[in-house]
Amino acid sequence: MRYLPHTPDDIAAMLQVAGVGNLEDLFSTIPLNCRRKKDLNLPEPLTEWELKAHMNALSDSMAVAPDYQVYMGAGSYEHFIPETVPSLIGRSEFVTAYTPYQPEISQGTLQAIYEYQTLTARLLGMEAANASIYDGASALAEALLMAVRITRRKKVALSRLIHPMYRRVVRTYLEPGGHEIVELPYLEDGRTDLSPLDAIDDLAAVAVQSPNFFGCIEDLKTAATRIHGQGGLMIAAFTEPLAFGILKNPGDQGADIACGEGQSLGIPQAFGGPALGMFASRMKYVRSMPGRLVGKTLDREGRKGFVLTLATREQHIRREKATSNICTNNTLCALAAAVYMASLGGTGIHKLAAMNRNKAEYLKKALKEAGFAVCFQAPTFNEFVVKFPAGFEKTYLRLMDQKIVAGLALAPYYPELSEHYLLCVTETKTRQDLDALVKEVSK
Amino acid sequence: MKAFSGTTGLILNEPLLWERGLKGRCAFSFPEDDVDSSPLDPELASGGPDFPDLSEVDVVRHYTRLSQWNFGVDTGMYPLGSCTMKYNPKINEKMAGLKGLAGAHPLLAGYLSQGALKMMFELEGLLTEITGMDAATLQPAAGAHGELTGMLVIHAYHQSRGSVRTKIIVPDTAHGTNPASAALCGYQPVSVASSEQGILSPEAIAAVMDEDTAGIMVTNPNTLGLFEENIRQIAGIVHEKGGQVYCDGANMNAVMGIVSMGAMGVDVLHLNLHKTFSTPHGCGGPGSGPVCVREHLARFLPVPRVIEKNGVYALSEDCPESIGKLHAFYGNFGVMVKAYSYIRTMGADGLKKASQFAVLNANYIKERLKGVFHLPYDRPCMHECVFSDKIQSAGKITTLDMAKRLMDYGFHPPTIYFPLVVHGALMIEPTETESMENIDLFIEALKSIAREAEENPELLRQAPHKPKVTRLDEVAAARKPQLAG
Repeated sequence: MRYLPHTPDDIAAMLQVAGVGNLEDLFSTIPLNCRRKKDLNLPEPLTEWELKAHMNALSDSMAVAPDYQVYMGAGSYEHFIPETVPSLIGRSEFVTAYTPYQPEISQGTLQAIYEYQTLTARLLGMEAANASIYDGASALAEALLMAVRITRRKKVALSRLIHPMYRRVVRTYLEPGGHEIVELPYLEDGRTDLSPLDAIDDLAAVAVQSPNFFGCIEDLKTAATRIHGQGGLMIAAFTEPLAFGILKNPGDQGADIACGEGQSLGIPQAFGGPALGMFASRMKYVRSMPGRLVGKTLDREGRKGFVLTLATREQHIRREKATSNICTNNTLCALAAAVYMASLGGTGIHKLAAMNRNKAEYLKKALKEAGFAVCFQAPTFNEFVVKFPAGFEKTYLRLMDQKIVAGLALAPYYPELSEHYLLCVTETKTRQDLDALVKEVSK
Repeated sequence: MKAFSGTTGLILNEPLLWERGLKGRCAFSFPEDDVDSSPLDPELASGGPDFPDLSEVDVVRHYTRLSQWNFGVDTGMYPLGSCTMKYNPKINEKMAGLKGLAGAHPLLAGYLSQGALKMMFELEGLLTEITGMDAATLQPAAGAHGELTGMLVIHAYHQSRGSVRTKIIVPDTAHGTNPASAALCGYQPVSVASSEQGILSPEAIAAVMDEDTAGIMVTNPNTLGLFEENIRQIAGIVHEKGGQVYCDGANMNAVMGIVSMGAMGVDVLHLNLHKTFSTPHGCGGPGSGPVCVREHLARFLPVPRVIEKNGVYALSEDCPESIGKLHAFYGNFGVMVKAYSYIRTMGADGLKKASQFAVLNANYIKERLKGVFHLPYDRPCMHECVFSDKIQSAGKITTLDMAKRLMDYGFHPPTIYFPLVVHGALMIEPTETESMENIDLFIEALKSIAREAEENPELLRQAPHKPKVTRLDEVAAARKPQLAG
């Protein structure tokens, strides 16, 4: 086996030092009743070449670009990934290192995370960002738990236009601890109805996603003013951080915590993971923050360097009183996002975000002109909801046979929205693609 | 004897990202802007974030230089105890990058994503076979996420029986994540000390186990690198009071093909694919923390479940007693691809050999360094061995000093000051992918450091000498945190 370097001579010499006669005897402390009765029943090992063939067959069965045109977003976005990203984060020194417990030989990781924290804080208009959470959903759950710790209140309000799967993850995290979750309905224009807030006391936080699940841009400022008036925190969630290339950021609109999914920033969709839980807050709350943080400091000779810091919040020191149980996070994905943000730059991210908006608006307008109903009137970023005529399902399946995935049906998530589809357009689609889609759905 | 790898070389300085570049540069290849502009209402719009503008060469040099300040498994031996820093096969990275797997949207219809679903279904089966359990979920994104999942499953199990339990037994050798994960379910951890032999005694468990206690979180092999020999009896005591046995499988690399977790009495187990199954650690993640359970707990696993019928794979939400969802989609799929590739490459015999050699390497180190360093539990170990600083602390040399000095020799230090039950612990996990000659060099380095501790202690106190920076002021960093530039 090519990963195992031991020769028979090595084994014999090492067994002698260990004082046992054979490899089986190394396990003499394991009682017989804990042992397997039979050998492992696994498929025969594959050579490198057989593995490639096997995996290629699995890969080939999947519907992906460029063979397929996928107009589905809903928390996982198809964007072009510059070759700089996989090439640089694929360097062995990044891929095969672990958490930078020994800063002297981990300065590459540490500076890269410090820069990621900085770019994230700038993107979201916040003062401090952590080194990552698993994904957008767990980041939101952690944000709500953080607000509970800060306010010492146990009730939270979630917009119904937060990604439906994020809301389910929040329930899994919060309900066993006895937290109460209230959901806010949505208005006719596709934005969250904040009016029920007045009647709810003792809220630790309200969480609103913008752009929301329907692609609509929310009025975070009003939400922040209201919740602050009640002594709670404003949590701004997101699934598409590229939007902040042209939108006002959460911090400017009064959010206390901004959290969401960073997959859009140079991370492949990979059937949903690994992705990137982005997490940022005001500096005054940083000691209640979950996850790892990198800080700047000096070495003994006065040279600039970086270390993991504020570890007294964390599980390995605080145990059951820690701000979270998170240990292994998604750092390499954070690094991908940093390389991506650096590759775009301020000028580039603004331009790319505008292009996403423009292309989505083009399709929206063209569908409207073709007679389809664009249901929600609030401005959108790169996703929007269309109501197709009854029986569209047949057209949807026909398009699938033509290798076009014409959005996501919303009825499974919002039963009141039958025949409604969520469509997503990014820079990967050309005008020609969009024209062809309109023509096909109109048939 | 070969020469030690540690040396100095040309190390290039590199400023912070925003200290490079010039406004107007860009390292992104823009597609054609082929539609009309649709500007946003100025009320909503902004000019975008204050990011530096860099060229592609700027970006490439920046991250290449940063990478060169790092030490990884591909650089050298990384015997970080409890983290299983084994070699990460290159082919597995390539497999995870295949277009159909890396480029797939998670909400694709089942018939458009058979390959991904098949791989997940098979991986669940491989993991249940390897652990001797009955069912698995791949959804947790890391070990601690798996612990939370396991605790939620136990919580749901008790709830389904109308039983309200408030406590959970956690040994003093547990990973810090264990009590933190239990606390998320509202369980109060009850700490139990290990015996003089470094393992749990049935008496100690019987003394605290009652009907208010949900169960026990045990790590086996434990964090001292010892097999919990009384586990069957302990499981019996816990089960008798209606509790459940949770096993932290972080140390599964010691016992593949040898132990059956099911036979051991374990009800719930999490694995770390980034440890045992060779997926890389990526500067801190992403990992993957699948959870395996016995049959009676399968109905509580997270949704969706991957199911198979007549060779067709699908995702099922039809699990009314499920604890719900832990991840927006299905977990860290890309990591699963690498672990799956590893298991399919190794086969049954390869995995068993990996465990045998991991244990052989650890015992070899233990025997050869015993006496040079104090060995608090002098018994056969599993995949890691734990020394204390007892001998060197007499000369006012700390574990930290020795760890830092090890860098100068070209090795990543072991895990230090953990487990807490050993004073100044040095927790060494060589893994099976280190050869005898690498290990011999590592042993020589530690022996040399032990000599230096006596002859030239200042050399250790000032260590490391060769990396880019020397010891950093962590106190100042925490007192006045500078977290962004």
